[in-house]
Amino acid sequence: MNAAVIQLSSDWTFFAEHRAEIFSATLDHLALVLIAMAIAILIGVPLGMFIVQRPALRTIALGIASIFQTIPSLALFGFLIPIPFIGGIGKRTAIVALVLYALLPILRNTYVGLTGIDPAVLEAAEAMGMTRAQILWRVRFPLALAVILAGIRTATIITIGVATIAAAIGAGGLGTFIFRGVALVSDALILAGAIPAALLALIADFLLGLIERRLRVA
Amino acid sequence: MNTKTVSFRENLIEFCDVEYHINDIPARIIVSGISFGIPHGETLVLLGRSGSGKTTLLRLINGMLMPSRGQVLVQGRATTDWDPIRLRRGIGYVIQDAGLFPHFTVAENVALIPTLEKWDALRTTARVKELLALVGLDARARFTSRHPRELSGGQRQRVGVARALAADPPILLMDEPFSALDPVTRAELQREFSALARRLGKTIVFVTHDLREALLLASRIVLLEAGRIVASATPQEFLHLDHPEVRAFTSSLSIAPGAPA
Repeated sequence: MNAAVIQLSSDWTFFAEHRAEIFSATLDHLALVLIAMAIAILIGVPLGMFIVQRPALRTIALGIASIFQTIPSLALFGFLIPIPFIGGIGKRTAIVALVLYALLPILRNTYVGLTGIDPAVLEAAEAMGMTRAQILWRVRFPLALAVILAGIRTATIITIGVATIAAAIGAGGLGTFIFRGVALVSDALILAGAIPAALLALIADFLLGLIERRLRVA
Repeated sequence: MNTKTVSFRENLIEFCDVEYHINDIPARIIVSGISFGIPHGETLVLLGRSGSGKTTLLRLINGMLMPSRGQVLVQGRATTDWDPIRLRRGIGYVIQDAGLFPHFTVAENVALIPTLEKWDALRTTARVKELLALVGLDARARFTSRHPRELSGGQRQRVGVARALAADPPILLMDEPFSALDPVTRAELQREFSALARRLGKTIVFVTHDLREALLLASRIVLLEAGRIVASATPQEFLHLDHPEVRAFTSSLSIAPGAPA
């Protein structure tokens, strides 16, 4: 018997023995992602709709959102810890950091989706006597929905990955296995975190892709 | 000038010495010295080359642009005094490629204004059927539940005309509606629209760069050159006018073999 086979079979026994733990960490991870995504969507989409009407704010909003994206994720978690109310150790800080990461793709796609509409369609809408609000809700928003959803999809994938690092500030989730595995030089532990995280990302990508295709028009 | 402003009672649309320049920069004049009236039921064709200011005049009528000088009267009232939404709901608008809403079905596109005006569902459905039949389209559900991308260019443009007529507006503005169609479909739609226009008795302002189309549809042709009106005549008179820009257009007719004289 060679070493690789022994390694693989021992990994498998590890997964089998710890499946309850892995499962609950996966649920924790999912909860972290869902809460962060819900907040990011609730901020990003309305903000995107708002900056379409206010070109002056567009550069500022997109600029700030881009800056958060450029901060390495581990550093962002670290920066947030000393900040009162939103900071500290635990899930709350992690969620704040994840929201800041997810914001840019959602905000940018909302803006691009709403502004990238066939000018002839918008001209017809205006000429037919639709109000600005009617044009936004009945024309721009439905036509931008597929692009907005593509942004949400990207943000979800990023968040699932970045959320593994949240374990570094005690937020739990699948990252717990990964950090422990790195510390103990155990491939089995690292894989116990990495494989479910990768599966989550693939499933989320597939499901959101399905919805996105349904929403795509013309 | 004065005689024109007095006559607004007969004219549904009236331009009184209108000038328009972009962002109120006098150097960027798009149209100037525009005065003419359009009586009830007339089909006025604005003819001119690209960039001559035809579309600008259309947009001045429905208040999408406001004159920098002078005024545009619609039903006796200046566009600056109208609530822009009310003004536009009374003016049908058809553009090149129709500008249909891609996420709406044929029926939903035609029913847009009735829906915004909160007609009841029964009346709206009946109106959609009536309009689709009027523009020569299949009014059965199999067709009305299609989306614009599933239609041919000609069908899309017919839906565009039906949509513009939905709330029975007294005025219809048409901006090169048939110019993106293939020649056969275009000729078909021009003939049908010409008959339809006579039957409906709407006041129509029709923009085109095609003299043949102008001769077919117009009760009056107004020729624009570089933002100014250079000729205004009935189709019969127009062909005999002695103006270089008129000659430029009439000579474009004789190029095609077998064209009507």
